[in-house]
Amino acid sequence: MAKTVAEINEKIKRGQAVVVTAAEVIDIARSQGVSRAAREIDVVTTGTFGPMCSSGAFLNVGHSQPRIKFGGGRACLNDVPVYTGIAAVDVFLGATAIPDYDPRNRSYPGEFRYGGGHVIEELVAGKDVRLEAVTSGSDCYPRKKLETWINIKDINDATLFNVRNAYQNYNAAANLSGRMLYTYMGVLKPNLGNINYATAGELSPLLNDPYYQTIGIGTRIFLGGGIGYVAWHGTQHCPDVPRGENGVPKRAAGTLSVIGDMKQMKPAWLMGASMLGYGATLVVGIGVPIPILSEEVLRHTMVSNAEIFAPVVDYSGAYPRREEGILAEVSYAELRSGSVEIQGKGIPTSSLSSYSRALEIASILKGWIEKGEFLLTEPVVSLPGVEEGVTFKPLEEKPIIEVE
Amino acid sequence: MDISKRLVLHFPPQMSKQAIVCHLARDFDLTFSIVKAQITPGEEGLMVMELMGEQRAYDRGVQYLLEAGVKIQSLSQDVVRNEERCTHCGACVALCPAEAFSVEPGTWKILFDNDKCVVCEICVKACPTRAMELYF
Repeated sequence: MAKTVAEINEKIKRGQAVVVTAAEVIDIARSQGVSRAAREIDVVTTGTFGPMCSSGAFLNVGHSQPRIKFGGGRACLNDVPVYTGIAAVDVFLGATAIPDYDPRNRSYPGEFRYGGGHVIEELVAGKDVRLEAVTSGSDCYPRKKLETWINIKDINDATLFNVRNAYQNYNAAANLSGRMLYTYMGVLKPNLGNINYATAGELSPLLNDPYYQTIGIGTRIFLGGGIGYVAWHGTQHCPDVPRGENGVPKRAAGTLSVIGDMKQMKPAWLMGASMLGYGATLVVGIGVPIPILSEEVLRHTMVSNAEIFAPVVDYSGAYPRREEGILAEVSYAELRSGSVEIQGKGIPTSSLSSYSRALEIASILKGWIEKGEFLLTEPVVSLPGVEEGVTFKPLEEKPIIEVE
Repeated sequence: MDISKRLVLHFPPQMSKQAIVCHLARDFDLTFSIVKAQITPGEEGLMVMELMGEQRAYDRGVQYLLEAGVKIQSLSQDVVRNEERCTHCGACVALCPAEAFSVEPGTWKILFDNDKCVVCEICVKACPTRAMELYF
């Protein structure tokens, strides 16, 4: 009964495609049976909405008169430093960059109220952003200083390019120490006071396609409220981790690098965020459609929170010291229940990614496909799979010996 | 107990060494639990408390505080959620000591019960999108 992406697209164009969300598919396929559901369902939509630090934007602000080149100099957007080490008026705005005057953790825990993620949100919201640049001049680019307001609608390009998003599973964070911890996984109370977790579980894109059978380079996706694409496998993509019988990784595994035109994105789906005592970041909304090409592909989308397990890691010891060791494996059903039992103690749980907004993304994407506004793409190249022997290497430091 | 209210008490600098709140229990038969206190000699002191007792005793206790020179604010509106910035992630849920946040079954939206809030302010700083705002 195998279907092709082209056949599914024909149905989408005729307005006849059957589209369900990754939450809906579970009950539908269980009651109908896998083979009937795989025949009838054409697309399953996934979603996730959480802080994703490896995000940023390439901007081309246009040439001033006379011309200036930022390369080799310094530039800021709303006081947030941007990377200028590329051509004349291109810059890269990273989600975690913060103004030089931010006190950081000198007043612990630092608040990190404004950073690159917030600038991205303001740009997408259509607000004017203040650009300041100082550089050395050249014969072809004589100007040395520039101060101006820029607006996303006036600049040539605003390309969101996130090198690591949509982690396929992730650590749940706990704190065994006696003091409060302020981490990228949120605030962790002492003595196993709480557990914070990060993925959207049964809604999350790569947890619904554990072996990357449909999601690959070139896959068209919902990105930040607009349309984007999978550009590459994300950094730290590591498929070869322990997996359950259902194929679902039990540790952080695959990742996606995604790209898209920021001019058609919306601030509700790209929000600046501040992790207390850690830094600034960007909350990114991503939704990936999964074409139901076979019964096997459908079976993977039926995965439920009870069948996805996350490792609980101590962020007072094992994580910062980069040591092996997990405290427990818990299911997302347990995590989502609000409390998990570890070492005989009920520990309250909190999510850092929004499940309700992930549901909304899956529904919006479903709507786009049903209305024929969004066609699926076939991957140009698959993401590296389990068989390719990709490893997640630690940094082994080598002493630098100064030669006189 | 007839009444239970959360109050913010501001103590003028010259009062920082006087015994004040213990009289609420001793002379007015009220009970209180201190949510937060910041008293430094020579500076304005701040205390957030829940004050409980019979209505008449409560009124007399509050009158005593006012006459002693304490400025009193009610706490009901102090922490407010900015609905536009709340992403309903739930980072606040397990942190809140007063269990003022809960997850709505079905929608997975985060509910905020202002009546349970003790204004400890942990959510104000821990909210990634800074949706919890403090008003005085």
